[in-house]
Amino acid sequence: MDAVLLARIQFAFTVGYHFLFVPISIGVGLMVVLSERRYYKSGIQADKAASSFWIKLFTATFAIGVATGLTMEFAFGTNWAEYSRFVGNIFGAPLAAEGLVAFFLESTFLGVLLFGRKRVSRRFYYVSAWLVWIGSLLSALWILIANSWMQTPAGYEIEDGKAVLTSFWAAALNPSIGPRYVHTIVATLITGCFVVAAVAAYYFLKRRHIAFARQAMLTSVVIGLVVSVAMPFIGHWHALVVAEHQPVKMAAFENIGDTQKNAPLFLFGWVNEAGDTTGVAIPSGLSLMLGLSPDHEVVGVNSVPPSDRPPAQLTFQSYHLMIALGILFAAVFLVAVVLHLLGRLEKARWMHLVLIACVPLSLLAINMGWMATEVGRQPWVVQGIMRTTDGVSPLVSAGEVWTTLGLFGLVYLVLFVAWLRIFLGIIKKGPEDVVEMIESEKAAAERGDEPVPAPAGAGR
Amino acid sequence: MTLANIWFFLIAFLLTGYVILDGFDLGAGVLYPFLGRSEEDMAVIRASIGPVWDGNEVWLITGAGAIFAAFPMVYAMTFSGFYLAIMLVLFGLILRAVSLEFRHRDTSWKAVWDGALFVGSLVPALLVGVALGNVIRGVPMDAQGNYIGTFLDLLNPYSLLVGVTGLALIVQHGAAWLAVKSEGTLHARALAWRRASFWTCAVLAVATSIATIVGVSRASDLVLGRWAGWLFIAVAVVGILYTVLQMYRKGGELKSFLGSALVIIGLAGIAAVGNFPDMVPARGTPEATSLTVERAASGDLTLLVMLIIALLFVPLVLIYTAIIYRTFWGKTKAGDADY
Ligand code: HDD
Ligand code: HEM
Ligand code: HEM
Repeated sequence: MDAVLLARIQFAFTVGYHFLFVPISIGVGLMVVLSERRYYKSGIQADKAASSFWIKLFTATFAIGVATGLTMEFAFGTNWAEYSRFVGNIFGAPLAAEGLVAFFLESTFLGVLLFGRKRVSRRFYYVSAWLVWIGSLLSALWILIANSWMQTPAGYEIEDGKAVLTSFWAAALNPSIGPRYVHTIVATLITGCFVVAAVAAYYFLKRRHIAFARQAMLTSVVIGLVVSVAMPFIGHWHALVVAEHQPVKMAAFENIGDTQKNAPLFLFGWVNEAGDTTGVAIPSGLSLMLGLSPDHEVVGVNSVPPSDRPPAQLTFQSYHLMIALGILFAAVFLVAVVLHLLGRLEKARWMHLVLIACVPLSLLAINMGWMATEVGRQPWVVQGIMRTTDGVSPLVSAGEVWTTLGLFGLVYLVLFVAWLRIFLGIIKKGPEDVVEMIESEKAAAERGDEPVPAPAGAGR
Repeated sequence: MTLANIWFFLIAFLLTGYVILDGFDLGAGVLYPFLGRSEEDMAVIRASIGPVWDGNEVWLITGAGAIFAAFPMVYAMTFSGFYLAIMLVLFGLILRAVSLEFRHRDTSWKAVWDGALFVGSLVPALLVGVALGNVIRGVPMDAQGNYIGTFLDLLNPYSLLVGVTGLALIVQHGAAWLAVKSEGTLHARALAWRRASFWTCAVLAVATSIATIVGVSRASDLVLGRWAGWLFIAVAVVGILYTVLQMYRKGGELKSFLGSALVIIGLAGIAAVGNFPDMVPARGTPEATSLTVERAASGDLTLLVMLIIALLFVPLVLIYTAIIYRTFWGKTKAGDADY
């Protein structure tokens, strides 16, 4: 295998791995904020135990997010030196800004969440939870600005074979950042809601921590329903932007060959050897979706020479898998909320299993989304101005990349096993006897006692 | 003062901040198996760096990002040229990050995480100095600014000497930190290590200075020929004297830690002055291939926008840093990791 292909495999593997943990961090981060808010308002032990539980899950995941994010920060220089020289003027700035604006905020106040329970006031602790979460949203914003610029470059000009910034705002607010940011954050919230719902479902199945699970389940399925129903609309907005700025990618999503009117929209299908699709399609669906009329002309991949077209099958399948899963998720949350309204959610074992299965599926959907986005952009690393093959480090040998790829495979495998054990271990152990606490606090409240203030050191 | 020059100093500032802050975490990690004789001592060492290491590491992340943005050619050259070395630093930092978070959650893999903390601290602490040694000494480059030597060329005696000196500097800094944060027998052992490693570091630093004057006279001439060079030499000397004074005084732990930070500022300043206006000088290839500040710099608009962002956010970062250190002020207790 040549060094270029290896570098691509290494990048795709390490960034895909990073993005298994990022959505859990951002998604469960919201739960941390919400549960800490409850405790801040109520001051009762049960709420503190609940919040501490989410913080444990959150920080165990965050640690891997941090460790693997470091890889990505270095990857551009180590493996993509030509790329870095060519776009450093523009692309480096959001990375540096991410550090200054977001990572410092996240990591500093993470220290408070981890070690500060006994040292700081309840209010300071609550504010820290917010700051960590805001930090992660800002970090996503800056890195997605960088990525969006690669998809839809703007605010630059080419001078002496380098992209030079001509307008910061045009580059930062490039055409695809809006839909991409909203779409990605909403995707992470879907994952977060499934994680929370799955934990609750597990306790329902095991009949433990019922009071805690009830609360978590309700919060997560309601938020989950809202965000997952919004998703197709956000995705549609995103698709319009793709069609306008990266028409060949849009064509590859649906495998449209010649530029045509009445372009179909596939629900699922397979790209056969001749390059045509067999499958189930809505006739003229794509034309309708993009132009609100069957006569709308959709650009096909044949409008560019074969060397400028992305791989057909991978792009098509990853895109359609994401959308199919997106529709499934909205349905799952809808059914869960209906079951809740009927008062049957706690007993519906099958639903509990479905919710648990949706955690890996949502991570799959997220990675399929990225796969479609990134593979669909090929052969360009920066759409229309630099090819992926021209971006690699010219003097890093295939042997060197093999070495590091092997090390990444090994280290990341061990980390994954360790993370999974710890994550599941925390869930198995569960929050501190919340049931008892809630019962006794309720009883106390009924007797009219003051809420018991948290003694130092409790809540572990 | 051009924008590119301002960025040279800002990056020197970020990387110096990194060595001062993450330096003591890494140093504590290297000392962990030696000083952590009981479960409780180990817990204290981890808890003393637990709340701050991640924020400290961000100085490196931001420094790397700033080099990428302000001097893309330097970022591309060093990271791809020192490929395997950078990757080893990376794996070290990965192990360190997860070991600190996982150790107290996962008692059955205790030995794994303890080992990971040690190795993950040792490798970066050593290799960062080796990389700096190569940058001072210069590396062979082609006209596009690609490194054309091999991995083994990076392990030359001079750079290894700088690496070992850097390791000793970081270890004594870590020991100084642990002396501030610990009590009892751990405190006594930390102090003993602090003194021994300080003097080891001093001897190595003298050796490095001589090696630089003899072997890399370009750098030493630049330092000795500039007022800024003498300024940083003075800072380093004052730092050393102050450290020594406080190191042998009862209750001088914090001051001697600050003295050590002053020494780091002095040494980093000397290294920066000795390289300016080169970012990475060429060695064995025509001088025109050197990556100078002007040649490597980004466009002016990028530098300006980044400067505005830095002026807005660096003060905020300093404020958060102050808040977190104040929050965790004082001696660390073994039970501090509970939440
Ligand atoms: C949409 C969100 C998103 C995306 C696309 C990426 N990341 Fe990430 N990253 C995060 C969202 C995030 C986060 C949520 O902010 C993390 C995850 C857990 C954490 O600690 O912060 C993080 C951590 C993280 C860290 C560690 C920060 C620290 O020490 O606190 C670095 C250096 C990076 N990332 C860098 C990257 C790079 C260079 C990427 C592109 C290739 C990348 N990330 C993709
Ligand atoms: C975190 C979610 C992301 C995932 C899962 C992802 C996935 C991928 C995949 C699968 C490829 C390989 C495409 C191919 O070679 O055919 C790729 C390429 C690439 N992506 Fe992303 N990407 C993500 C985010 C980003 C971001 C945020 C950036 C930049 C800031 C980025 C920069 C690149 C670059 C430079 C390449 C070209 C190298 C290559 O082809 O492998 N990616 N990505
Ligand atoms: C339900 C209908 C959905 C539609 C119509 C849709 C549409 C799209 C489109 C058009 C893109 C490509 C953007 C580009 O290439 O620039 C995309 C990317 C992506 N999708 Fe979806 N999507 C849907 C659901 C989902 C779901 C449920 C998830 C995950 C939970 C998800 C996660 C992603 C991610 C992570 C990306 C890559 C980042 C980005 O470009 O925004 N999508 N989606």
